[in-house]
Amino acid sequence: MSQKPLLEFTDKGIYCAKGKFYIDPWRPVDDAVITHAHADHAYAGHKRYLAHHLSREVMLYRLGEIQLQTVEYGETVIKNGVSITLYPAGHVIGSAQIRVESQGQVWVVSGDYKVEDDGVCAPFEPVSCHHFISECTFGMPVYKWKPQAQLFTEVNKWWQQNRDNNLATVIVGYSLGKAQRILQNLDLSIGKVYTHGVIENTNEALRRNGIILQPTERITTDSVKEDVRKGIIIAPPSAVGTPWMRKFQPYSFGYCSGWMALRGAKRRRAADRGFVMSDHADWDGLVSAIDATGCEKVYLTHGYTASFSRYLAEIGFDASEVHTLYGGEEEGAPPQPTEGGKQDATAEDKLDNEVTLSAEEELLNELPADEKQGGVL
Amino acid sequence: MKAFAQLFTALDETNKTNEKVKALKDYFACAPDTDKMHMLALFTGRNPKRQINATQFRLWAIEASNIPAWLFEESYHVVGDLAETVALLLPDHTNSSNKTLTEWIAEINALDKQPDVEKQHWLTQAWATLNAQERFVFNKILTGSFRVGVSQNLVIKALADVSDLDAATLTHRLMGNWMPNTYQFEELVHTDTALEDVSRPYPFFLAYPVQETSTVQKSPEALQALLGDAQEWQAEWKWDGIRAQLIKRNGEIFIWSRGEDLATDKFPELHSFLHDLPDGTVLDGEILSFRDGLPLPFANLQTRIGRKTLSKKILEESPVALIAYDCLEYAGEDIRYKTQIERRAVLESLQSLTQYPEVFRISEVINFDSWEALTTIREKSREMIAEGIMLKRKDAHYQVGRRRGDWWKWKIDPLSVDAVMVYAQKGHGRRADLYTDYTFAVWDGDKLVPFAKAYSGLTDTEINKVDAFVKRNTLEKFGPVRTVKPQLVFEIGFEGINKSNRHKSGVALRFPRILRWRHDKPKEEADTLETLKTLLGE
Repeated sequence: MSQKPLLEFTDKGIYCAKGKFYIDPWRPVDDAVITHAHADHAYAGHKRYLAHHLSREVMLYRLGEIQLQTVEYGETVIKNGVSITLYPAGHVIGSAQIRVESQGQVWVVSGDYKVEDDGVCAPFEPVSCHHFISECTFGMPVYKWKPQAQLFTEVNKWWQQNRDNNLATVIVGYSLGKAQRILQNLDLSIGKVYTHGVIENTNEALRRNGIILQPTERITTDSVKEDVRKGIIIAPPSAVGTPWMRKFQPYSFGYCSGWMALRGAKRRRAADRGFVMSDHADWDGLVSAIDATGCEKVYLTHGYTASFSRYLAEIGFDASEVHTLYGGEEEGAPPQPTEGGKQDATAEDKLDNEVTLSAEEELLNELPADEKQGGVL
Repeated sequence: MKAFAQLFTALDETNKTNEKVKALKDYFACAPDTDKMHMLALFTGRNPKRQINATQFRLWAIEASNIPAWLFEESYHVVGDLAETVALLLPDHTNSSNKTLTEWIAEINALDKQPDVEKQHWLTQAWATLNAQERFVFNKILTGSFRVGVSQNLVIKALADVSDLDAATLTHRLMGNWMPNTYQFEELVHTDTALEDVSRPYPFFLAYPVQETSTVQKSPEALQALLGDAQEWQAEWKWDGIRAQLIKRNGEIFIWSRGEDLATDKFPELHSFLHDLPDGTVLDGEILSFRDGLPLPFANLQTRIGRKTLSKKILEESPVALIAYDCLEYAGEDIRYKTQIERRAVLESLQSLTQYPEVFRISEVINFDSWEALTTIREKSREMIAEGIMLKRKDAHYQVGRRRGDWWKWKIDPLSVDAVMVYAQKGHGRRADLYTDYTFAVWDGDKLVPFAKAYSGLTDTEINKVDAFVKRNTLEKFGPVRTVKPQLVFEIGFEGINKSNRHKSGVALRFPRILRWRHDKPKEEADTLETLKTLLGE
């Protein structure tokens, strides 16, 4: 029995014709269902938004006054006879997989996800479906993450060493997700946590949303350099190499990203320490997550789509690549290969920006000038 | 091995010189002496002989990591380094091992002439006992590709700090063809100078470039400001050959190239004159191809480099001679402390006595009375088959390594053409997973003909932009190579150009590199094959 596919890939985003809504569209639409609040998934300009309850404050902070409906995980919303249910994606706080069902046909859009429980956001839940639309940012077998506990033992040890050597400690990760994951795993018996303004703004939004985070102090003109040196500073990627960061010298600077798994990428970054930390699934995570859905067909939206779909096909999945504009909040991510894909002016401009700017930095550029510096020492 | 792998990681993790020196000193303080010698051998480019070839290494790694061969290759293109790819793809280690670096290298050497099945068994076992960090370093050693982001100078500085010797002496003692199995650490750091190896060369003194960048010209006034009065300087042509040190001691002769390769057998034409020199003589100079008393372009010499056996034909087609320009040891005495003028006098007297003036030549001193005059003379470099001019301060002694101040090279401007990028390939190491290796083409009628590959010359920001362009404008993929929409124009600089039958374009360039990205030029305005051919000077 051939059924019309419930979801299709259009030049505006993933579209459900029957339900008349889009998922993570990148051009203005009437109804947008959002997997999570990162800039490459939650664009401005849509009429109505639907997202998880814990994305609320961050989306309002980032996108301004929008018409936003929020739901809990497992709660179903019906749009034009199509049911929409959100399940935890384990990527960042408020991130969701979107399950869409109509007449027995089930699709799941993963958004971005990781399978390890980071203790900060609701852990990833496999959802059975017929069609699974997955990311594969780290879809190469060279990417294998260490358990989080081991990673943060290293981070805390490095912080302690810096403190002993009278060096400031700057740890870099993007402001929604990694910043909170770092914060919640720091050993505060070593010292205090200071934050860059952009990160503190996100923390405040999350706290307004009822999330309990470890205490932090925003760096301002009143911050005392000697005190800050004993603590740890959480900064966004865009702060690297700026006068704001140079004020903390002498410091040791650690970069948290999945790309740090490769020596080449680590050397390009020129960080003192590269911590292999990602909010995306690693190779084994992707393969196990896809397998757990029991799906008939997999669509790969971003990452090493060509190699990963070939591998999935070899192990028995019906897998194909689709062209989207996702990918980019993982700072330093290789821009999407889009050969064959149609490019319009907006997409072109965006990709140009991604060469030098991460989504995080783009966001930073949109903020009022006083927020950019996050306060001056 | 654990300590060595930790040293490697510590050095890799920091960009700060002090921390690197500290890591090295920590290692010297705790490692056994035999490990120290192996470490020094590896850090100075003396890798153990390769016992497992690249094909076997790949094949056995694919088996051990249990993934399809194509995925292994794709992973390699993402990582950009074979040793690292294998270290990342192998399953987690099951045991651990406390073998020292010396023990591991002994095991590697013991593989010689073992059957393949034994080698594979040994390798698979070894991988299972090493963690990812150790595996990477181990793979590097095993595949003969061990390199580290630390200069030899820094290693020697750390070693000097932990021993009672100065850096220059240690640099000297680490030259030549020593083997970590036979050279003892006590021998290296002993304070008795009588026990030197007769083959050991001196560290080369290297010149600093006058031109900071190839686009800004130095005026005579700028030279005056940088170097002072012209009278204090000796000028020579900068020859484009193989820098070499030639030694005659105890009746034996040795020819060392700058890369510290013993190249005595590669230059049989030079043996007679060397044997004729008094014992205890060391010369520094350039080996070039010569015909009828005139130097030939480097391309000619290139045809005989790297050949295992020198056929009669090769020796006839590209005979070599030495252009000597310094004397470092005379009558068994190290005379590097003497001034340039004094050493030159020794060299001239040695050369005047030779029976072989055709092969033992001397680098002519250029007469000039002002920087203006020298600027004019420099214009003639290409006619002289020289790369430019060398400036040596008359009262300078012969120093160790590249030092700013007393020896300068003033190269001529490179030749250049504007060319269109047509192919791209991912780079390695720091440039892994980025398209950084490009092929360029010029117009031949309405067709673009590839003529050069270049890897360097762009900033990191520019590389990122070109990388994004390549990813969005790929026309075809051939393995790792992408055919790119011809659009981006670059100015390509090169030192020389020669006819070539091996290249489609009919020309081969020496040292091609990107001078700049010509954002201002559309592809139609790139240069033509005709332009390149006129540069051949025919």
